[in-house]
Amino acid sequence: MRKLLGTAVLVGLGLATAAPVLAQGEQFIPVLSYRTGAYAVNGVPFANGTLDYLALLNERDGGINGVKISWEECETGYATDKGVECYERLKGKGATGAAYVSPLSTGITFALTEKAPGDKIPLLTLGYGRSESRNGAVFPWNFIAMGSYWTGADVAIQHVAKEMGGFDKLKGKKISLVYHDSPYGKEPIPALEAFAKKYGYTFKGIPVTHPGVEQKSQWLSIRQDRPDYVLLWGWGVMNGTSIKEAAAVAYPRDKMIGIWWSGAEPDVTPAGDGAIGYKALMLQHGPGQFGVHAEIKKNVIDKGKGHGKEDFGQVLYNRGLINSFIGTEAIRTAQAKFGKKPLSGEDVRWGFENLNITEARIKEAGFEGMMKPLKLSCTDHQGADLARVQQWDGKEWKVISDWYTADRAVLDALVAEQSAKYAAEKKITPVDCSKAG
Amino acid sequence: MLYRETGQFKTSYTADMGIFPLRQDRNALLVLLAFAFVGVPLLAHFHIWPFGSEYLLRAILLPFLILSLAAIGVNILIGFCGQISLGSGAFMAVGAYMAYKFGTGMPEIGLPALPVLVSILLGGVCSALVGILFGIPSLRIKGLYLAVATLAAQFFFDWVFLRVAWFTNYAPSGSVSAPELSFFGWVVNEPVERYLLCLMFVTVFALIAKNLVRGNIGRQWMAIRDMDIAAELMGIRPFIAKLSAFAVSSFIVGVAGALWAFVYLGAWEPLAFSIDRSLQLLFMVIIGGLGSILGSFLGAGFILIVPIMLNLIPSELGVPLSTETISHLEFIIFGSLICFLLIKEPHGFARLVTLMKEKLRLWPFPY
Amino acid sequence: MTALNFAIPGGIGAILAGLMFALLKGDRKSAVDMVVHVFLAVVMAIFIAFLAAKAIENPGGFTEILVGGLLSGVLYSLVALGFVLIFKASGVFNYAQGAMVLVAGLALVRSLDFLTAKGVATIAAVPLAILFSGAVMALCAFVIEKWVLRPLLNQDGLTLFMSTIGATFVLEGLAQMIFGSGVYPLKLFPTDPMILLENVFPGGILVNKLDVWGGVIAGVLVATLAAFFQYTKTGRALRAVADDHAAAQSVGIPISWIWFIVWLVAGIVALVAATVWGTKLGVQFSITFLALKALPVLIIGGFTSVPGAIAGGLIVGAGEKLAELYLGEIIGGGIEYWFAYVLALAVLLVRPQGLFGEKIIERI
Repeated sequence: MRKLLGTAVLVGLGLATAAPVLAQGEQFIPVLSYRTGAYAVNGVPFANGTLDYLALLNERDGGINGVKISWEECETGYATDKGVECYERLKGKGATGAAYVSPLSTGITFALTEKAPGDKIPLLTLGYGRSESRNGAVFPWNFIAMGSYWTGADVAIQHVAKEMGGFDKLKGKKISLVYHDSPYGKEPIPALEAFAKKYGYTFKGIPVTHPGVEQKSQWLSIRQDRPDYVLLWGWGVMNGTSIKEAAAVAYPRDKMIGIWWSGAEPDVTPAGDGAIGYKALMLQHGPGQFGVHAEIKKNVIDKGKGHGKEDFGQVLYNRGLINSFIGTEAIRTAQAKFGKKPLSGEDVRWGFENLNITEARIKEAGFEGMMKPLKLSCTDHQGADLARVQQWDGKEWKVISDWYTADRAVLDALVAEQSAKYAAEKKITPVDCSKAG
Repeated sequence: MLYRETGQFKTSYTADMGIFPLRQDRNALLVLLAFAFVGVPLLAHFHIWPFGSEYLLRAILLPFLILSLAAIGVNILIGFCGQISLGSGAFMAVGAYMAYKFGTGMPEIGLPALPVLVSILLGGVCSALVGILFGIPSLRIKGLYLAVATLAAQFFFDWVFLRVAWFTNYAPSGSVSAPELSFFGWVVNEPVERYLLCLMFVTVFALIAKNLVRGNIGRQWMAIRDMDIAAELMGIRPFIAKLSAFAVSSFIVGVAGALWAFVYLGAWEPLAFSIDRSLQLLFMVIIGGLGSILGSFLGAGFILIVPIMLNLIPSELGVPLSTETISHLEFIIFGSLICFLLIKEPHGFARLVTLMKEKLRLWPFPY
Repeated sequence: MTALNFAIPGGIGAILAGLMFALLKGDRKSAVDMVVHVFLAVVMAIFIAFLAAKAIENPGGFTEILVGGLLSGVLYSLVALGFVLIFKASGVFNYAQGAMVLVAGLALVRSLDFLTAKGVATIAAVPLAILFSGAVMALCAFVIEKWVLRPLLNQDGLTLFMSTIGATFVLEGLAQMIFGSGVYPLKLFPTDPMILLENVFPGGILVNKLDVWGGVIAGVLVATLAAFFQYTKTGRALRAVADDHAAAQSVGIPISWIWFIVWLVAGIVALVAATVWGTKLGVQFSITFLALKALPVLIIGGFTSVPGAIAGGLIVGAGEKLAELYLGEIIGGGIEYWFAYVLALAVLLVRPQGLFGEKIIERI
């Protein structure tokens, strides 16, 4: 028995350490995902989209500019320690190590933010993670592309103001935030409080304990409090439960606005008809099939190499596509400077920092209608402040608003304040962006 | 032949009461320690398989050492004193957050940022105090009732560290990151350094624990464990014995929590110390063997490494399974293994080691 | 609220709490016990006074929360009942109950989807699906009894508890591998709200129909279980085994068969819980977290009492909702998780065996 175990341990360690050298000349991209556990419902479509776009590049173009991509998925189960283990496992694979990592959980992002600078691996956190990491001078390795929770909070308030007929109408109104009681859910609070001061509405945060299966008291308090709007920052089972409880206390669903992580199909389907009228922000894109989907269908799915099934074209699947698109575009950008070969994380970081996805490039890659141009720089690791609002009509998401641009005046002050605090705590000397190449 | 005490005569009481009375045990431990302290860093330095890879050091050995330390703490409480606790995760969290507070200073009471070593130990002290507080119900409640009651500590502290912004230095997200790991000028950064740091902590505390459990207080704990009413009648005060077990256990668990946060994770949130962590630690001490320091290490190794291995094997062998299937299989096999081990050896790996030693004493002449 | 508003209910609360503790105190006389009792009585008096003041302030809102809390407490009881059955008969603290709810729910919803897709009418599909998931639960009971519990006969409670956690992993993995890991909506009961007593309170009292259904189902379930234990041969054998394994075996009761039956009944209870909770949340992995919400219910009611599970559910449900809404305003929200456990801890300090549990007698 013991001998058997001993042998097994040795074999296992051998496997873990004597990792087969992946084919030379391939660019390695680790894929951290969660297909099990409480958040699998949302994790699976995202992972499928991420993988299918990488597969498309390999199948159709033979990689990025002819440099083949290889990848490996690692199950984090949304747990921070497992995420760190996955990161350690995958960061050194491939010819040049990991090109970039998408932690796909706010908790894992926080832990990896401490490790990435030492390992020189950029983190791509698409619409999640530390909002203050927009400041590339303090967070050179974090790329919170396309939007932060503070952007989301701003756009949500803008939309509320628009529906009410102007920012002056916000005065004296009540806006509540139902949030997942974790760093993820707490991120928007400083922004919402700052806006409350600016516009004069009363803000109230209502926490929901992980994983959020029981929310009766939260919604009873909303019924008695009758806020004018409810913002929802949930994930996984919490989203569906919130919408159901809102229906159960007859809170109007069209006065609810979710963040882009609370605005996908698995969030509304469990609530059935109760979800009709529910609104959510879009991280630029919504559901639907665009140019890139046709390509994936032709080159990947029809060849039996795809992952997307019923989630093909759903919100989170599409976000996975964009995640891979931005990451690979950064590699492409870096290749222009460092040559068409597998690049190290350090090179790819340069690619992220100088990333400029133009309208033409978006059209060429088949993402037209899903995203707007994105340009990152040393001072701005977010690159875009755009979002729209969509509404669930019982069958599908309908875009109901024009593009909103977040008000950077308030948010930039918050970013500067929080990143300065982080720099002081960690004794980081901010990079001088005027000299960064 | 190799492992027997024949010829080892004890000529003094001190020798007779040595922590490892057998010369072979002593030598084996010394060799192991020498390997861990000198061999592993050397192998890592020269990149010799299997210790050359950073992965093994950072993602396997580091958590293994820290969780072993936590398991020793839990084992003192459950294995030696018989008080089942499902709140170990909370005590780890108290250690981690209080160490963070001491490490970054408390300007409200005029306390400057303390050195890391001091903050980690003070984190442990705070955890011990909390342990005593939540140990008070154990004077009235026993067994599984106590186990569920300790969950109150677990959920309470999950909430405290989320809600009370003071503990996180008012970080908007409530996630905090560890201060620089500097010990008397030695800045711990490299994986090997982190490994050595944890190894020192584990060695010191394991020796302390080993000594405690064979001394007066340890014997009191075991008497309480075996039958508390009888122990009370014999003159052991349950109040002192139970609460001291809670204090010592929580102290070690708290230090482990601080190390887990500072050295392994770097940045953390309360979810890192959730009920899952408590259950994981409970598994470690039960699979490893209740009432055995060695068992804590074996259990920690098993519970930590087996799932990772199960997850690695299919992809390394090139078996075409989806990540989803692998994860589900990992769950199924791990669960079955646990049931299998509990059925085959309910007393854990430590008992297997004892049996093996018995066999070894007779070998190769079993008559 | 005025001082008087607070003082009168405070006084009443203090007297009530004092009476309660005087009744519960029993024969314990040590000084530590007295201190603990007085402390708890004071805390409880303050809490009751606080709630009473709130109730006077807004009677409609208070009643609504109270009713909502009681009803959601019954839903916890549904899960807790499964624990009680197994603990009563075999002394196993079954952590896998939450996973069993998941298995039952997934089997039910997936077979229902399958049948509906094949064009079977709903009226026929529902009983068929229930039959199928019942069979799945029977299989679970059989496997767990034969391969986990029987080999572990006579081990201590902790080992058995750990083995059920092992079983939990296996069940969760298997169920998700076979039936899928998505979220599957289940629509067996109406979930729309209704407004009661509109003429008494302004705005009325909002009650969810699903919660009412949950209450009715729990009532029927408890009545059925009581009848089963009281009037059937198997039920009586079950009670005999619960009292004393060895004695029951010596009079010819086949113990492993009885344990299979117990696990089967717990499986059926899990299935019932799954129908209600599945309608509430949609069947998905997170349903397993219900086990953790059911534990304080068990402690308060006592591990061995079926009526205790219901009473515990009511206390936990009402207590945590009232605390979350009224206390949460003051000390920060999200307290209901630990509040239920603290409530349980307080009960244990006064009655270590729970409110309805059998008294623990210790011998040397």
